[in-house]
Amino acid sequence: MTVGELAEKLGLEIMSCGSRALNTAVTGVYSCDLISHAMAKLNPGNVWITVHTNLNVAAVASLAEASCVLVPENIEISGQTLERAEEKEVIFLSGGKSAARFCYEILSLLESPS
Amino acid sequence: MGNVVVRDYMIPANDFTVAGEASSSVRKILTQLGVTPHAVKRTSIAMYEAEINAVIHGHGGKAHVEIDENKIFIQISDEGPGIADLELAMQEGYSTAPDSIREMGFGAGMGLSNIKKHSDLLKIDTEINRGTTVNITVFFNK
Ligand SMILES: Nc1ncnc2c1ncn2[C@@H]1O[C@H](COP(=O)(O)OP(=O)(O)O)[C@@H](O)[C@H]1O
Ligand SMILES: [Mg+2]
Repeated sequence: MTVGELAEKLGLEIMSCGSRALNTAVTGVYSCDLISHAMAKLNPGNVWITVHTNLNVAAVASLAEASCVLVPENIEISGQTLERAEEKEVIFLSGGKSAARFCYEILSLLESPS
Repeated sequence: MGNVVVRDYMIPANDFTVAGEASSSVRKILTQLGVTPHAVKRTSIAMYEAEINAVIHGHGGKAHVEIDENKIFIQISDEGPGIADLELAMQEGYSTAPDSIREMGFGAGMGLSNIKKHSDLLKIDTEINRGTTVNITVFFNK
C-alpha cells in the first residue's frame, strides 16, 4: 500500500509533498508524541502519528525515513512546518479521527489479505 | 579506499528551524557512501540526540565528523552549563528540560540512553560551567 492509497482509503488530506504519495510505500504505523521515542522506534516506511506539528517533526520524519506524518483530530499544521516538509520531502497527512482510531484502521488495512 | 570524509557543522542555540540539520546532512553522506541502512539508522539516532542536547541544554555548539570505510566518529561539543551528575543524566527518563521544550515533544529523558544504545563507543567529557563534549563512534559492520 502506498501513502496515496492510504490517504484515499482513510479519507485523509495530503498536506505536503503530494507528488511522492503514490510511490512511497507504507510498512507499518507508529504512534508516539515523544521525539526520542519516535526517532528510535520508527522503522523506515512507517506512518508516524503525532499531535505535534512543529518543525522538528519534519526533521525527525525525514531522519527516521517515515513514509509520512499523520496528524490526527484535525489539528492545524502551520504553513512554516509544511514549507519545511516540502524541503525535506516529508508527506504530511491530516484527518479528523483520533490517533488510536487511525492506528486500528491502518493496521487493519496492512493486515487484511488483499 | 583510505579516504576520510571530514565535516564540521555549527549548531545554533535554541533554533528549532535548523535543529537536526547536521544529523540530516551526515545521514545523506552515509547513504551516498553506501553504508548499510542499519548503521545509518544508528548513527542518525545517536547524532540527532546529541545535536538536540547541544541545542536545548548546551546553548548551541558544533559538530565535527570523520567518516572512513569502517566507521563514523562524531564529536558534538558545547560551552554550556555542563552536566553535574552524568550517571543520573544517563538514566532513562531523567530530564531537566523546561515545559517550553517538552511541549515540542522533547525532554523524554531518553536522549543519552539512546545515544549509548545506538553507538559502539561513547565518551562524554563534561565540566560544570565549561561545557560538554560527546564523542560517538559507530562501526558500519555491526
Ligand atoms: N549538552 C548538554 N549540556 C548540559 N546538560 C545536558 C547536555 N546533554 C544532556 N544534558 C542533561 O542531561 C539530561 C538528560 O539528557 P537526555 O537523556 O538527552 O534527555 P532530555 O534531553 O530529554 O532531557 C538533560 O535533561 C540535561 O539535564
Ligand atoms: Mg536529549
